[in-house]
Amino acid sequence: MNEVKAWVTENIFLGLELKEYLKRLITPFNIGATIIIIIGIPLIFIRYMYGLDAVIHGSNDQPFSLFLAWGLFTGVPLAATGYVMATAVYIFGLKEFKPLLRSAIMMGLVGYLFAVTFLLIDLGRPWRLPYPMVMSFGPASVLFFVAWSVALHVVLYLLEFSPAIFEWINAKTLRSWSQLIITGVVIFVVTLSTLHQSALGSLFLLAPNKLHPLWFSPYLPVFFFVSSIYAGLSMIILESTLVYKFLPNRVDPQNYRIIEGLTLRLGKATSFVMFAYFFLKIIGIAQGDHWDLLFTKPYGHLFLIETIGFVLLPCFMYVTGVRTGDVRFVRLTSLVAVAGVIFNRLTVSLFALNWQLPQRQFLHLKEFMVILTVITIEILIYRWIINRLPVHRTHPKFTGIAENIKKERG
Amino acid sequence: MNRDRRKFLKLLGFGTVALGMQPGRALASIDDIKINRPDSYGVLCDVTRCVGCRSCEEACNTVNRLPAPDKPFDDYAVFEEKRRPTSRAFTVVNQYQTSKGTLFRKIQCNHCLEPACATACLVHAYQKMPEGSVIWDEKLCIGCRYCMHACPFYVPAFEYESPVPRIRKCTLCYDRIHIGQLPGCVEACPMEALIFGKRSDLIRIARERIRKGPDKYLDHIYGELEAGGTSWMYLSSVPFHEIGLNTSVGTYPMVEYTRGFLESVPLVLVLWPALLSSFYLFTKRNEKSEK
Repeated sequence: MNEVKAWVTENIFLGLELKEYLKRLITPFNIGATIIIIIGIPLIFIRYMYGLDAVIHGSNDQPFSLFLAWGLFTGVPLAATGYVMATAVYIFGLKEFKPLLRSAIMMGLVGYLFAVTFLLIDLGRPWRLPYPMVMSFGPASVLFFVAWSVALHVVLYLLEFSPAIFEWINAKTLRSWSQLIITGVVIFVVTLSTLHQSALGSLFLLAPNKLHPLWFSPYLPVFFFVSSIYAGLSMIILESTLVYKFLPNRVDPQNYRIIEGLTLRLGKATSFVMFAYFFLKIIGIAQGDHWDLLFTKPYGHLFLIETIGFVLLPCFMYVTGVRTGDVRFVRLTSLVAVAGVIFNRLTVSLFALNWQLPQRQFLHLKEFMVILTVITIEILIYRWIINRLPVHRTHPKFTGIAENIKKERG
Repeated sequence: MNRDRRKFLKLLGFGTVALGMQPGRALASIDDIKINRPDSYGVLCDVTRCVGCRSCEEACNTVNRLPAPDKPFDDYAVFEEKRRPTSRAFTVVNQYQTSKGTLFRKIQCNHCLEPACATACLVHAYQKMPEGSVIWDEKLCIGCRYCMHACPFYVPAFEYESPVPRIRKCTLCYDRIHIGQLPGCVEACPMEALIFGKRSDLIRIARERIRKGPDKYLDHIYGELEAGGTSWMYLSSVPFHEIGLNTSVGTYPMVEYTRGFLESVPLVLVLWPALLSSFYLFTKRNEKSEK
């Protein structure tokens, strides 16, 4: 009994007495978060009691609102961190990136869990979420594939992240077992992610005359896949920046010596992907011969701002940052690149969709509050895990693991 | 080494299972919904005959037991705005100022031969019936609204105000035509602007009208080829965009636009694991030789 209590104190309350722990929770950030959640949770209740119309501008013409545009279409590429880093470390054998691997996988896991959360809010009958898996199959639908991918991703990322959980609860045998399946899991995740990220783009192929021609392209699946790669890489830079700055005692001290070098290398890789993406977008315009639309208001301008201001510019910013060795500039750039992906996904799934229809309403204050609430909870959960599980640090009892893996692979 | 080979084979097995499950079924079900039977029913709507009396709207409301409308059916002030089908009205008539004066057009589900909504539905809640109706099954729908996104004619409507929402749309009065009755709107039309019949017969009738009145009609049957063909078709005296019909919809069924992606799924499922495994083994070898 005492053992359990000691474990709980150590691993849940961060080694503090309950009173002390609760006292420490009172910070300006937490107070702000609490206020947001107190406003947001009742709104979520209202949504289930009175239907979606209570919190969004329900539209028969534009059935996807900000819930999906943000929660699914933007959330999933931002959760690409997991498969991108797993490919680098496990498949390409770039082991020096290992200090950033677990957080990348965890962002994937948390990202997908919250994509599901948004689905549960947005679906008309959320209790039927598992229907495409068990009740009735519609495999001619791209969405069927998306549903399966989301479900499999949650499971696979959980498996990939399980070593950290087993270290946390000190389950040595399970920990060593989890290592055995990791390569297979990674290969499966990368394969699925390739299809899944592009499937999100393919969802728009079914309605070719609804999306503005500047964004509609038969290459949409490729656009979505390639941009998810640089979204993932930029998110890794951004996340490590924030954690290393705000939660320094959850990071291995020796990581501080290597993080700048890693950030620069990530920036370099990202700039290449972004340049390729920029070129693909140009090819997309050429393929549809839509040059004349580039200078139309407002969509042409929106497109130019997006591709030049949020793709080409951050691409060159990465190059400059890497050339001059300016880590801070690379970190700033990651913010611009991530903003660009958000911009792109919101445009494709919201602003440029059904662009020919008059009078469309996008913003509903209550919907915005619900989204803010879910994001706040997401950040709190993320911080909760970082504070407890060995994510940015190695667990003292499992420091030898890295050596074991080397042995196993060689 | 042995263990890795087994792992690889297992992966391959996974891929094959997924292969058998995903695209095979996908193609089968694409064929499934491709029912282009000559004896399936449809409606021909002759826009030149419609006077905008809204009898069809009233009949639709009655036979589908829909809630009473905000404005009564003899209130023609509704024509001031362009309406669309909603969860409370499966059909609406709109008024258009065209090059040949004021015309009215009825809007409802066009009952595509290869419906985009059915392609979009991830739980197969939509079905194209042999009679021609595209119907929706409440027992399966999860409320994702992808059908609404997919429909090129903006038809399916959603009960946003309900905690247990349904998708609502015209069924071509499936329950009525199934037992030999006319769809409610067709029965109610006093101008015979709507003709119910076998789709192949309707096309013949339409052609005959165009032949007899080349000045009266545009030489085109909207819905014969649009979106791969629809069971509900229109004849008009003015270009179809003037009466609010989508003329950029093309003649491919919507399913064709995602076929490419669906067909690439098995390729990636087979090739990616193989490529990734070989990369993995390659980098592993490299490490060994470095040592």
